[in-house]
Amino acid sequence: MEQSRNSIVDIWGPRTPYIGTWPERIDMQLAEQPDTWVQSACVLCSNGCGLEIGVKEGRIVGVRGRADDRVNHGRLGPKGLHGWVANNSADRLTKPLIRKKGVLVESSWDEAMSLIVAKTKEIKRKHTAGAIGFYTSGQLLLEEYYTLGIIGKAGLGTPHMDGNTRLCTATSAAALKLSFGSDGQPGSYTDIDTTEAILLVGHNMASTQTVLWTRILDRLAGPNPPQLVVIDPRKTYTAEKATVHLQPRLGTNVPVLNGLLHLVIEGGTIDKDFIDKHTVGYEELKKVVSEWTPELVENVAGIPAGDLRKAAKIVGSSSTLLSTALQGVYQSMQATAAAVQINNLHLIRGLIGKPGCGIYQMNGQPTAQNTRETGADGDLPGFRNWDNREHIEELAKLWNVDPYIIPHWAPPTHAMQIWRYAEQGSIKLLWISATNPAVSLPDLAQVRKILSKEDLFVVVQDAFLTETAALADVVLPTAIWGEKTGCFTNVDRTVHITQKAVEPPGEAKSDFDIWVDYARRMEFKDKDGAPLVKWTKPEEAFEGWKQCSKGRPCDYSGMSYEKLLSKNGIQWPCNDNYPEGCERLYTDGVFHTSADDCETFGHDMTTGAEYTPEQYKAADPQGRAFLRPAAYEPPHEQPDDDYPFWLTTGRVVYHFHTRTKTGRSKALQDAAPDAYVQMAHEDAAQLGISDGELVKVESRRGHIEVVARLGGISPGTAFIPFHYGYWDDSERARAANELTLSEWDPVSKQPHYKYAAVKISRITGEGKPSLLEKAGTLLESIKEKIIH
Amino acid sequence: MHIGNYIGLVHESEKDLAEAFEKVSKHHAAEPDVYQMCQKLSSWSANHVLNLQPFIKRYSEDKSKEPDNLKRSLFSQPRSGSLALVRDLHDLWLLANEVQLCWVVLLQAARSLRDKELELACEQFDAQTQKQLEWLMTRIKQAAPQALVVAE
Repeated sequence: MEQSRNSIVDIWGPRTPYIGTWPERIDMQLAEQPDTWVQSACVLCSNGCGLEIGVKEGRIVGVRGRADDRVNHGRLGPKGLHGWVANNSADRLTKPLIRKKGVLVESSWDEAMSLIVAKTKEIKRKHTAGAIGFYTSGQLLLEEYYTLGIIGKAGLGTPHMDGNTRLCTATSAAALKLSFGSDGQPGSYTDIDTTEAILLVGHNMASTQTVLWTRILDRLAGPNPPQLVVIDPRKTYTAEKATVHLQPRLGTNVPVLNGLLHLVIEGGTIDKDFIDKHTVGYEELKKVVSEWTPELVENVAGIPAGDLRKAAKIVGSSSTLLSTALQGVYQSMQATAAAVQINNLHLIRGLIGKPGCGIYQMNGQPTAQNTRETGADGDLPGFRNWDNREHIEELAKLWNVDPYIIPHWAPPTHAMQIWRYAEQGSIKLLWISATNPAVSLPDLAQVRKILSKEDLFVVVQDAFLTETAALADVVLPTAIWGEKTGCFTNVDRTVHITQKAVEPPGEAKSDFDIWVDYARRMEFKDKDGAPLVKWTKPEEAFEGWKQCSKGRPCDYSGMSYEKLLSKNGIQWPCNDNYPEGCERLYTDGVFHTSADDCETFGHDMTTGAEYTPEQYKAADPQGRAFLRPAAYEPPHEQPDDDYPFWLTTGRVVYHFHTRTKTGRSKALQDAAPDAYVQMAHEDAAQLGISDGELVKVESRRGHIEVVARLGGISPGTAFIPFHYGYWDDSERARAANELTLSEWDPVSKQPHYKYAAVKISRITGEGKPSLLEKAGTLLESIKEKIIH
Repeated sequence: MHIGNYIGLVHESEKDLAEAFEKVSKHHAAEPDVYQMCQKLSSWSANHVLNLQPFIKRYSEDKSKEPDNLKRSLFSQPRSGSLALVRDLHDLWLLANEVQLCWVVLLQAARSLRDKELELACEQFDAQTQKQLEWLMTRIKQAAPQALVVAE
């Protein structure tokens, strides 16, 4: 075995201090010496690091970072270096499974696909396409999303298409749309190379995007390091490096950010000229934030007034500023409202579209950006506006279909509503791909109930028999990363190609091939009777996508597979104006807000009510950005006598999502083998709980048993990582989402995972809680359910 | 002067609207967004009722039974099934329109009386009622196709 460093122990690797150009450092992890190297990029977080897959005798034997890649300059994180091992797992699914008399039985592809097609036709005939829903992922490739988008929107004509990206990235998209008129990240990762100050809000970058954090660590070790402001209730790896660390009470992001905006405006370091020329809404913003004095913020959010002033001095006085946000904002109370305040900070200081002045409204998953672009989720392809007739006509013309087939009478149905329709019985076919809602959705008892419903036909595409697949009616075995070719796009709009390096195991097929086959079997046609899906290969789909995106903000028309293979990592828009890609958006201060261009006509920030085209056109900002203020709304569930602790959930550095892959890598699994609850020493002492003791955590939804880990968190607050389900340990209830709330942000519809009220207690002999009925016995039953 | 007539009318209408939002919230508690938002919007109307007190003292009010009759006829049947949500939001929208019209009429009177305090209150409450209506319309539009076309 060869490794460039032990990334389990040394997560970020040795420092290469710099300012300006980030030095290269090649990270590598090999089990054996490869015969060949195949170009790809990493899919184990949203950073999008360029890498090569090492192949020997048809098997993946390791990875190494690509030094010439603009994203990582050769580096890889622990997940990237060790996650590939999962491809070679012995428990990969290799044949389709069909539930017969209650058990999953191996079948042929023809039998499985025929059954799905027959079910689709029967359900559509009886109940319309409104009875069919798709729940996808942030893990598929661009070509797969776009193909599915066409099938759903122009083949079946269902409005019910969304995915787990609703849990990870919906607020990012919503905030970008509300401020700038369209989705699309304004900045570039190269902004880290020169920036003077960095504001991280609810974003533990050190754990979630380790290579991006390495870039910051290298700046911190170099000349003229940036000052860091970190807003996070926990003392995270990220917070340890902060110049100022603000630890707010859960659910108080808006008061803290309003307080910062107030101090910046009061300090007079705003760019009045930029505000006048390029924004609308400044006076209203000023009025709303003026109430938020440091004293009031201290009172509501628990942050010392002096600390807020120190933070405001940094973000208000630096000549460049880079801001990032992630789930601490997106999955908390007032998610969109808070994310928008970060955009506001940059707009009032005129710090956008310039080097060092990026805003990263981060994505949680590697390909989340692509489902937003191509319309496999609650968006329309090419950032088109569902409420703009001309945009619908454009799509209809492109696909050569009647515009009326494309659902556009309301916004595409968001994920939580899709699940609700399935629960109520009006959605009768739910097709889940590359994700594991039985561990990742809130309130898991409810999710298991829905998936087990007799009148819901559940199709699951996955590489493994996940907790979700175990409850499906049909399971389709899929090829994964390294076994298929396609493209995906990261947070700074960098598009990578990932190539097929090895064959998938057994009869597993790519999601792309499965949907192309489904479209063929369903005989979806365009207006002239030609096949609706006009391709059978990913590269042809990419060419189709280029046409769809041409002229839109996410313009891929200047790219090709050949170009992506020769110059790894190209940022969109890439077209005649920007043949090599475009580093930053909005360099001219002109935004995508004019009525004919914008992706949304906007929402009321408090209620989420949609504004009408008429309302929007009456005050068309014509390219100016929106400054949108937000008043504070307290969290809906708060600790009380019965449930005295705040619960927040999140990630650990060694795992991704529900560990479907990372849990099958021995190095990663050994590094973080089980769930735990982090709590303050003071709280533990009061309850008589010692470090490492198994405790019971209960909410109004359910309970789990996890080990207590003490310290690094504010008193009154508890943290549990959400990765752990039941496929590899069904001895006890341990999934954090047994406890979480089923409710969501009114604008982005992203669920609120970052607060719930819980109680924590010692487990005594006679009081030991019983096992979860379904989850607890899942693993045993999984094995019994497959008949070879 | 008949301003007391409309003070009484808006007082009762807002009270009824607050109660109706509360009732619909509980009735559709399985829809988390409806539950949360109706709770919030109910509190807005309840707050309008509270803030109306100084104007009731100033102008006195004629007790009105009209809104109660309206509310009774709107929410007359206990409803279940997926159509129920659309029908309940529909009736909330009708009630909220009654409220909004009252604020417009009172706003006109306040201007004529040069009562700046009442004018400001009417403007603020009207704006919040408008937000209630916009949310109701958005949610009705979202729910209608599934309830009317797909659900059994």
